[in-house]
Amino acid sequence: MKLFLKKFITKIIEGTLFLSSTITSLAIVLIIIFLFKEGIGIFGHSSVEDGFEIVVNKDNTIKDLSAIQIKDIFDQNITNWKEVGGKDDSIITFRVDDIANYYSEEELGANLEFVPDKVNDLISKTSGIVAFIPQKYATKNFKGKVLPADKITITKFFSGKEWFPTAQPAAQFGFLPLILGTLWISFGAILLALPLGLAVAIYMSEIANSKIRRFLKPTIELLAGIPSVVYGFFGLVIIVPLIQSLFNLPVGETALAGTIILAIMALPTIITISEDAIRTTPRAMKEASLALGASHFQTIYKVIIPYSISGITAAVVLGIGRAIGETMAVLMVTGNAAVIPHTFLEPVRTIPATIAAELGEAPQGGLHFKALFALGCILFIITMIINLTVEYISSKRKFQK
Amino acid sequence: MDLNKRKKLNQSIAFNLFRLMSLMVVLILGAILSFIVYKGIGVLNWNFISSMPEDGMTKGGIFPAIIGTLYLIAGSILFAFPIGILSGIYINEYAKDGYLKRFIRLMTNNLAGIPSIVFGLFGMSFFVLTLKFGDSIIAGSLTLGLMILPIIIRTTEEALKSVDNSFRHGSYALGASKLKTIQKVILPIAFPNIITGMILSVGRVSGETAPILFTVAAYFLPRLPHSMFDQVMALPYHLYVLSTSGTNIKESLPMAYGTALVLILIVLIVNLLANTLRRFYGQKVKMN
Repeated sequence: MKLFLKKFITKIIEGTLFLSSTITSLAIVLIIIFLFKEGIGIFGHSSVEDGFEIVVNKDNTIKDLSAIQIKDIFDQNITNWKEVGGKDDSIITFRVDDIANYYSEEELGANLEFVPDKVNDLISKTSGIVAFIPQKYATKNFKGKVLPADKITITKFFSGKEWFPTAQPAAQFGFLPLILGTLWISFGAILLALPLGLAVAIYMSEIANSKIRRFLKPTIELLAGIPSVVYGFFGLVIIVPLIQSLFNLPVGETALAGTIILAIMALPTIITISEDAIRTTPRAMKEASLALGASHFQTIYKVIIPYSISGITAAVVLGIGRAIGETMAVLMVTGNAAVIPHTFLEPVRTIPATIAAELGEAPQGGLHFKALFALGCILFIITMIINLTVEYISSKRKFQK
Repeated sequence: MDLNKRKKLNQSIAFNLFRLMSLMVVLILGAILSFIVYKGIGVLNWNFISSMPEDGMTKGGIFPAIIGTLYLIAGSILFAFPIGILSGIYINEYAKDGYLKRFIRLMTNNLAGIPSIVFGLFGMSFFVLTLKFGDSIIAGSLTLGLMILPIIIRTTEEALKSVDNSFRHGSYALGASKLKTIQKVILPIAFPNIITGMILSVGRVSGETAPILFTVAAYFLPRLPHSMFDQVMALPYHLYVLSTSGTNIKESLPMAYGTALVLILIVLIVNLLANTLRRFYGQKVKMN
């Protein structure tokens, strides 16, 4: 009986151990479910706010308007129906708040009870009108034409050049400026960090004596340990003003500032991983090269670097992954303008910074909220691809050995 | 002979370049540290650490933020440490080499690579909204706990791996069961290294901002939390607020330097502790 109990307890403990080891898989599954559950919701959704409609006069020949056209019309960038494929007639935009310009307070009623009727009248008698009105105004005996809602699709999400998630009447969820901003500063950062990181890795593993190495190793670890918000703060008070005065810019919060900070932050990743890779070079290989009369430096760049190139690649890929996902430091120093960048001296906005800056203000369950989760999904997919790539590279390395 | 000279010249140029670049990295770290210490040391005193923020966060101290961060550290460690260690034990001691083990490792690595802001999104969607914890210490701790799990699992695994197999064989030879061996022999030997992982994850938790933005962090809350379901201020978020979105950024700048210095000090202490432990433990292993 006692033996049985003991076996039983052992089984339970082993079961617990096994269950604990599934926690990371479970976490990833949960992250996927809860991220995509919200994020997918944006696709197929109308870009016009829930409960509202875009309507025109019933004689208008226009069949539909895209979200970007609606925005341009209401921003007065498009002023004639001709420009969106209709007949030659100037566009009159109308929001419910504008009703007071057309009718007196008496006509609208003391409790504004006649507003729907008056809106209806106005739309039916103004030929060039385009109105943004609540859905309930457009129900029975409505004399205007309701335009079909422009659906947000994956293609539009990825090709849209404008990110105005709170624009009325049609929010713009163009993802292009964000992904370009992210890629610009991530690759810029790696370009800066790679030569520096590789040099330090080579120095630490091949040249420095053990005393210097014992000093450098904790230094790199410390560099990795500094919180990103402290990097951001340092960038904000030192690098941003420096860039501003150096290039004579109106603002110093630029892609360049983000690139520099990210490069510093990516250094530890690149150094540690490529140093590990360099260290795995077999001694025999090095000695063979030296015995053939090659200098130490020649051995490094003809033998050691080629041998450890896959490890160095892994370091670069992982460094890019870190840079793409970095939030706070980038949020603090890049200026966060959602425009497609042309030079490094302009403000940019990255995907993580957008999420961090806007999620607090986005109403829960709304379109904007869902759009930010969709951004999170994309970030998740990008980092997954990067992780799997690194995994693939390092598994191939093991096989080679 | 000429070729030889050029070879030597090339090498000395290259090596000096490497040396210079390494020096540069050290200088970068030195610049960041000394700048924050220089600017923050004047602000840092007992009053700064122990009092509430006042006058739109331009005066007073950062006491609630320190307490908040301590709560988050405790909460996340309480969640992640036991599960992480058990998981590490399973992977190193029980799992056989094969697909399962590789899959678990892959998932752990993947979890480690997920950006912190994605953890923040998940924490908000799952802990705050679905489980209805609201913005609370528990939601923030669980989110941070998930984030440090891979660190703890990996260090546990490494620590267990470094225990020589002769210990295991010796224990089995004396008739101990596998479980008893792990409990009485392997864990005590590996423990210092496991602790190192915990210390490093304390550093990570105390500095992360993105995961707590939408799960726990309060912009301004000059009181201590009442329960696990209360919001708190936290050091990294406080620094972010002070330097970018405070009511009066110019006047709150000294406060920001002080907060940055406290964060840096935490990181320094954590790293020092971890390194000392590692060195001490390394010597002990050699004596064996």
